[in-house]
Amino acid sequence: MNENATSNMTGTTGGAGTTGVAGVAKRFTEYAPALESRSIVTIRSEYGLWIAGEERDAEAGAAFDSVDPATGQHLTRIAEASQADVDAAVAAARSAYENVWRDMAPANRARYLFRIARLIQERAREFAVLESIDGGKPIRESRDVDVPLAAAHFFYYAGWADKLPWAFTGGVIPRPLGVAAQIIPWNFPLMMAAWKLAPALACGNTVVLKPAETTSLTALLLTEVLTEAELPPGVVNIVTGGASTGAALAGHRGIDKVAFTGSTEVGRSIRRATATTGARLTLELGGKSAQIVFEDAPMDQAIEGVVRGIWFNQGHVCCAGSRLLLQESIAEEFSERLQRRVEGLKVGDPLDKNTDIGAINSAEQLEKIEELCEVALSEGARMYRSSATLPAQGWYCAPTIFSGVDTSHRITNEEVFGPVLAQMTFRTPAEAVAKANATPYGLAAGVWTDNGAKILWMSQQLRAGVVWANSYNQFDPASPFGGMRESGFGREGGRSGLDSYVTLEDAS
Amino acid sequence: MTDPTSPGSASPATPSPADSLGAPKTYKLFVGGAFIRSESGRVAAVHDTNGSVIARVAEASRKDLRDAVTAARGAQPGWAGATPYLRGQILYRVAEMLDGRSTQLAAELEACGASRQAAIDEVTESIDCWVWWAGWADKITQVLGGVNSVAGPFLNVSTPEPTGVVGLCTAAERPLAALSSVLAPALCVGNTAVVVAPLDSALAPLTFGEVLATSDLPKGVANLLVGSHTDLGPWLADHDDVDALDISGVSADLAEDLLARSAGNLKRVAATNGRRSPQTAGEFLDLKTVWHPARL
Repeated sequence: MNENATSNMTGTTGGAGTTGVAGVAKRFTEYAPALESRSIVTIRSEYGLWIAGEERDAEAGAAFDSVDPATGQHLTRIAEASQADVDAAVAAARSAYENVWRDMAPANRARYLFRIARLIQERAREFAVLESIDGGKPIRESRDVDVPLAAAHFFYYAGWADKLPWAFTGGVIPRPLGVAAQIIPWNFPLMMAAWKLAPALACGNTVVLKPAETTSLTALLLTEVLTEAELPPGVVNIVTGGASTGAALAGHRGIDKVAFTGSTEVGRSIRRATATTGARLTLELGGKSAQIVFEDAPMDQAIEGVVRGIWFNQGHVCCAGSRLLLQESIAEEFSERLQRRVEGLKVGDPLDKNTDIGAINSAEQLEKIEELCEVALSEGARMYRSSATLPAQGWYCAPTIFSGVDTSHRITNEEVFGPVLAQMTFRTPAEAVAKANATPYGLAAGVWTDNGAKILWMSQQLRAGVVWANSYNQFDPASPFGGMRESGFGREGGRSGLDSYVTLEDAS
Repeated sequence: MTDPTSPGSASPATPSPADSLGAPKTYKLFVGGAFIRSESGRVAAVHDTNGSVIARVAEASRKDLRDAVTAARGAQPGWAGATPYLRGQILYRVAEMLDGRSTQLAAELEACGASRQAAIDEVTESIDCWVWWAGWADKITQVLGGVNSVAGPFLNVSTPEPTGVVGLCTAAERPLAALSSVLAPALCVGNTAVVVAPLDSALAPLTFGEVLATSDLPKGVANLLVGSHTDLGPWLADHDDVDALDISGVSADLAEDLLARSAGNLKRVAATNGRRSPQTAGEFLDLKTVWHPARL
C-alpha cells in the first residue's frame, strides 16, 4: 500500500512485476497513475483585479504569490486590492446597478445567466484542472462535483430571474438590494463563486466578489466566461487579496448586502462591521457536524457515507461529518471496518484520477490541523492514522481518526477543517441527539439507520440546517443549504436562496 | 381589576383603581407564568398626560431579564414540540381573552396618551392580529417549506423550524399593537419569547400578561418585562441563550449597538415592524433540509 502510493506519485508501476500473496493483494489495490493533463490550462505569470469589465493592476501595485499546494511551488502573482481598489470596484458595481442591471428586463438577466452556465459547462475540464492545481482538491471531485454544480447553480437561478413575483407570497414585490459584497472561502472556490453570484445577479443586484487568497484562479478564469457571455461591465467585479481586502469590502459604506462564507470567527467580525454600515448580512460559517450510525444501519453504506462525510475534499468542508457517533453495540466492528476502508484511500497528486485525498490547501492550514491533532493526543485521545505514504513535496495529511475522546475534548468541539474524524459512542437515540447537539454550531448532521421512524424523529431533533439521512455531502442548486445557531444564517440554494438578495415591497 | 365600572367604561377613562382602593395599582412583570415584582425592587410611576400618577409598574432589572430567558429556554422544547394545531388554538384563545379585556386595555392605552378612538382601534387591531396569526400556525410550513426537486434519486424536503428563544424589543408607540404584532408571529411558529416593552406606555402590555396567563399558554412561553431598551437591550443582545432578536422598537443608535453585540452567538436580528406576512415569522425560523435516498 505504502509502496503503491509512492509508485503512483513517481509514475512507475510495480503491480505487474510483483509475485506471491502480497503481490496478489497488491495488484488489487494498486493503480497506475492516471494523471489529468495540465495542458488545457494556461496560468499566466501575473493576474490583475477585474473591475468594470477590465483587468487592472492594484492601485498601489501590491501583489501576492499563489502557490500550488501539491508541490509547494510558485504558481503566479496576483494583484492585492487596497481600500482604493475596493472603492473603485464598489463604484463600478453601483454604476452598473443603477444604469444597467437593476432595470434590465428580468428575462434578459436570465439570458446572461443561462449563457454563463453553458459556457462553464463548455470549459468544464479547464475549470476542473485549474481548480485542482490551485486548491489541491482531487481532480475527480473538481470534475464531478465542483464544476458541474457551479454550472448547475447558474442554470437554476437563471430560471428564477424572470419568475421572482411567484417566489414570494402575500402581495409583495421583490426588489434588488443594490450592490452585494461577496466573500468566499478556499475550499470550493468556483462553486462558492457560483452559489454567491447566481442568486444575487438573478435578483438584479450587482456584485463585488472577493475570492480567497489561496484560491483566486478559477474566479479569475470565470471573468473570461463573463466577458464571453457579454455580461455588462461592472455587474460583477472581482477584487483579489487577503484579510485586509476582505475587511475593506465587508465594512464598505457603499455596500447594501454582505454575503460571507468562511470561519465563524471572521463571521463575527463581519457582523460587527455591518452593524455600523447597515448592510444586510448572510453568513455561512463553520461546523462540527455529527454522523450518527445506529446498529440497524446498513454497515457498508454507512462506512462509505462516513468516508464521504469527512474525507471529501480533504475534510476542508464546512459541513464535514467530523464527529462520528457509533451505537455501542456496533462500535468495535464498525471502527475496525472503517479503518480497513481508510487504508485503501489514496493520498496524493490532486491531478491523479485515482487520488481520493489531495493536498491540504496551504501550509498554514496543515499546521493548524497538526496542532489540533497534537492537542487531541495530549488530552488522551487515541490516534489512528492511515499508513498511506505522503508525497515528499507539498502539503498532505493522511486520514486520521481519534477515538477515546469525550465531549470536553477540543478535537470534538473545534472545527479542524481537515481529514480528521473524532469518534464517540452512544447507547440510545436520545443520547445520540444530546451529543450531536452539544455544539454551538448547527450546520449539518448525518443519520444512518434502516428504521424510517427513527430517521424522521432524529431529523426533527437534530439542530442542523441540513440533515443527510442514509447519505452525506449531497448538494444541489434546488436544495437550501445553510446553518442554524453559530453556523450562520441565511440559505443558499432553492427558492429560499432568493430571500438573501431581495427586499420585499408592499404591492399596495 | 376587571370591574366593568372601572376606568374606561365611562368617560373620562382612567385605568387607575385609585377610586376604589385609594392608591394606584402596581403592575407586575410576567415571567415563567408568574406575576412578579422586579427582584431589584425597582418600581416606577406612570403618569397621565396631566402629570398625575395613575399607576406604578415594576421595572425589570438585568436579573429579571436573565430569569425570563431561563424560563423561555425551559419552555422552548415543549412549545416547539406542540402540534401546530394546538399552538393555533392557544393563539386564538389569546385573542378571545384579549377581547374580554378590551375595555380595560383601551382605557389603559387612553391613559397613556392615546385618543379614545385610537385606543379602541388599537385593541381591535391587536385582537385581529392574534386571530390572523392563530390561523397561520398550521399553514406556514407549506408556504415557507416544501419538496425540492434535486437532480438525483433523493427525497429532499425543507421545513422551517423555530429558531428558539427570541428577544423582542417592542415599540412605545401603540404599545399593545406593537407587542402583539411581533409576539404573535414569534409564538405562532414555536419560539418562546422575552418581551421588553418600554416603561412609559407599559400599562396595556403588562395587563396583556393577564391575558396570556388565562389563555392556556404554557408557563414561560411568553415573558413580559418592562424597562428601558437602552438598559436591557444590550443584555438581551449579549445573552448567549437568546437565539434571535426583533429590534423593531429601538432607536437607530441602539439598533447598531445591539446588532454588533449579537455577533457573540450570531443571533438572527430583524426589525420586522410586525408586518403581517409569513416573512415576518420567517425571521424567527431556520429552514431545515432533509435528504434521503429514494432508490432500491
